Amino acid sequence: MAFAVRLASLEAKVEDCPPIVEEEKYRESYEKLRALLLPPVKEVVLKSPKRVVKIGGKYVLYRHEMRYHNPAAIAIDVDDSMERDIIVKRVSAIEGFEYEYVGQKLKLDAIAIRSVTNDPKQFARAVSIVAENSSLPLILCSVNPAVIEAALNVLNPPHHRPLIYAATKDNWREMAEIAKRFDVPLAVTAPGDLDLLVSLVKTLSEDMGLKELALDPGCFTGPGGLSYTIKAFSWLRYKATNDLWKYAGYPLIATPISVWTQMSGDPKDVMWWEAVLATMLMTRYADIIIMHSLDGWVLLPQVMWRFQLYTDPRKPVSVPPGLREIGKPSETSPILVTTNYALTYSIVLSDAEKAKVNAWLLVVDTEGLAVDVAVAGRKFTGDRVAETIKSTELDKKVKHKILIIPGKAARVSGEIEDASKWRVLVGPMDSSEIGKWLERNWTQEKVKELMEGA
Amino acid sequence: MSSKEPKRDRDDVKARREASIYSLLAKISEALEKGVVELYNVEIEADELEIRFATQTSQQLPIPIVVTPPKAVEEAKPGVKAAYEVAKAVEVVAKKVVELSKIAFEEPKPQFSGRVVEVKLGASREEGGTRERTIVVGGHTMPAYYYIAGYRPPHPPAFGGDVFDIKIGLPRAVKLAFGDALDNPVEWARIWVEKYGAEAVDIHLVSTDPTFKDAPPEEAVRTVDAILQAVKVPIVVGGSGNPEKDVKVFRRVVDAFPSEGLVLNSLNLDMKLEEVCPYIAKVNATVINFSPMDLDKAEQINRKTYEWIPRNRIILDLNIGGIGYGTEYGFTAMERARLSALLGNELLQHPFNVGAANAWGAREAWMTMDPYWGPKEIRGPLWETLTSLICLLAGADYYMLVHPLSVKVMKAVREYLFSEPKPSDPEKALDWLSKALPVI
Repeated sequence: MAFAVRLASLEAKVEDCPPIVEEEKYRESYEKLRALLLPPVKEVVLKSPKRVVKIGGKYVLYRHEMRYHNPAAIAIDVDDSMERDIIVKRVSAIEGFEYEYVGQKLKLDAIAIRSVTNDPKQFARAVSIVAENSSLPLILCSVNPAVIEAALNVLNPPHHRPLIYAATKDNWREMAEIAKRFDVPLAVTAPGDLDLLVSLVKTLSEDMGLKELALDPGCFTGPGGLSYTIKAFSWLRYKATNDLWKYAGYPLIATPISVWTQMSGDPKDVMWWEAVLATMLMTRYADIIIMHSLDGWVLLPQVMWRFQLYTDPRKPVSVPPGLREIGKPSETSPILVTTNYALTYSIVLSDAEKAKVNAWLLVVDTEGLAVDVAVAGRKFTGDRVAETIKSTELDKKVKHKILIIPGKAARVSGEIEDASKWRVLVGPMDSSEIGKWLERNWTQEKVKELMEGA
Repeated sequence: MSSKEPKRDRDDVKARREASIYSLLAKISEALEKGVVELYNVEIEADELEIRFATQTSQQLPIPIVVTPPKAVEEAKPGVKAAYEVAKAVEVVAKKVVELSKIAFEEPKPQFSGRVVEVKLGASREEGGTRERTIVVGGHTMPAYYYIAGYRPPHPPAFGGDVFDIKIGLPRAVKLAFGDALDNPVEWARIWVEKYGAEAVDIHLVSTDPTFKDAPPEEAVRTVDAILQAVKVPIVVGGSGNPEKDVKVFRRVVDAFPSEGLVLNSLNLDMKLEEVCPYIAKVNATVINFSPMDLDKAEQINRKTYEWIPRNRIILDLNIGGIGYGTEYGFTAMERARLSALLGNELLQHPFNVGAANAWGAREAWMTMDPYWGPKEIRGPLWETLTSLICLLAGADYYMLVHPLSVKVMKAVREYLFSEPKPSDPEKALDWLSKALPVI
């Protein structure tokens, strides 16, 4: 029964129960269960020899219904007209992208190689340079089947399993043949024409027997364009998850990179709009996103929002409340108070560690909410702080009775004093100031003064 | 399938047989091209290749599939290579018979019965106020931006600009945009409307905070008066967040300006609502009910407020955190609330307010970082804009924004989203595939 519950909430797989898979008498039930548990949006697998990226595999439209699976993959482009060293440099920048957040390393996922020359040899050359220098799965971008074929000959699937982009109304026969021959997933695109898109899907899946597709309805900005794009993504995902319409049941590809050919002018404006499209389409159901900007400011909000969007909505990202040590605190060390929201906690901890202070960190249970929200939502209150002091026996750890609360919690300083009977100092607005703040405010004289005042 | 080891000894008989196969293939190819033959259930095998003509159903025409790993072709003898080419030719010709199965996209038809109330911000001369422009938000009967056939959202979102009545720490990007006007809320409001196109002004009376300057309500009234004189858009009056003081300030403000259709930001469950709501009820003001990321409490405060204030004068604020700082909670709270409203939950049938200023709480929006992450003067407004866009897709209606660039981009996005969904140059969509793009 417990297994059944975990199965239904997708925390376990049917394959986790060996008898049902191995024993002949369960064969039929196994097949039925598998079909039942298959996501309405197919999961498509991209591979490099070192990395696997799964896209799609979505069950629901809204994240509150069930945690979204397979975070949207972000791919950055290179093209086959680039010199070798430019490709190598760009690839290493893509590989090296990393931002630390809530103890996680946020990274990019794939490389899209575009054929600008339309020359199979040039493309194969670019693809081998990328493959030699990268561990990431690839997307091969050209509507010319000969170009794609040349690259696949170099990559030699199944060693590599790139996504090929894309089958169109003009080349779908040849592209389908290539996808089949090399057993690789195939992107299908019909910009601005949903009827054509699903017709291609029907033909490729049913008449040509392809199983792994990914759909690009076109990515437009401007009047008529952005509305169409949001409509197409919303309709496709709605039809897949609500009506279980099989022709819509594939991962969706967003190409914010297309703003670079739709707009002209200051590259900063183009980058800005690329960021706008990426965020909107990540929110509206994109499973893989192809971008051109490699600038940190464009990509940083994307990887952070992706992390949040794909967390489990039922479980806030929180850490257990209690008392932690920063450095080697003594009975005269300061006590910093914070919330148990994982992000707040990890930032405060890392800032205090960076400042090389010795302190106690009192983590209050705010149900996983950040300081300002917790204060506004009455989760960071005098009573909760008092409770935490009691449960951690803080009075036995230190000789003073002084708490330092976050600047953003200044409003509740009075009630914390009333409820806990400890003196409260309002600390800095941001934890990056902790070091400086303590230097100025946590001196022997000041502590003495405070203790005598109390 | 092809054999892996090439045949070392091949006798004449075999060679002759091969030759006959190749010539047969060539003939088939020719015949197919001229359309004189059709093949059914034919299987021809040679060493390095296999051509399979498989008939599937009676309606379907044969689909030949050449299955040959390219390596095998490279290593093959000239004769076999030639045959491979022939096979490909046969295939291309034969393939022309596979046609696109045309189907139509079946449009989504969601069923909803609920309706979000329409709420007015500001009052015109006819309504007893002095606003030259007023705003109506809400009225939705479908989730935002799903483009359900036959449905057009009755009111687009609107964007107001934040003004503080006393100098507070503001990011450099904001200082650059407003300069000295930051010392003067009236001037600040004027620049918002005249230069940056704000559709409303949000005056935050933070000076009234007892732990800050503790300015008396009379002073707050004077500030609001000056702003009402200076700009003719709807005014949103924000308190300090101190529940006791806000009650006093709001009472005085609505007493002083009973007919301007002011919006009060905000009421919450920590306030003694009975001490302020009856006064609001007497005038034409609208309220923002604040319930951070909690739908149960949102229902509670709305139910309580209904005792005095009509439903169509209530906006709901479920709070939002900047990207990286709890955005997903606010986003999901809004999505859930709106769905529940459309399914008939009257307690949540209110337009949403978004305090986008919270986006600046994200460190990535204001902190100096390694140069790779770009200047904070770009990151800040971008953070505010992207956070706002996420809320937009969850159905947000009114925004309080800090930076003019956010207002500009949000207005452009609104125009795009409310345009007929039909791209003007669909054939250009794939231009990105084959164009060299600037590498910066």
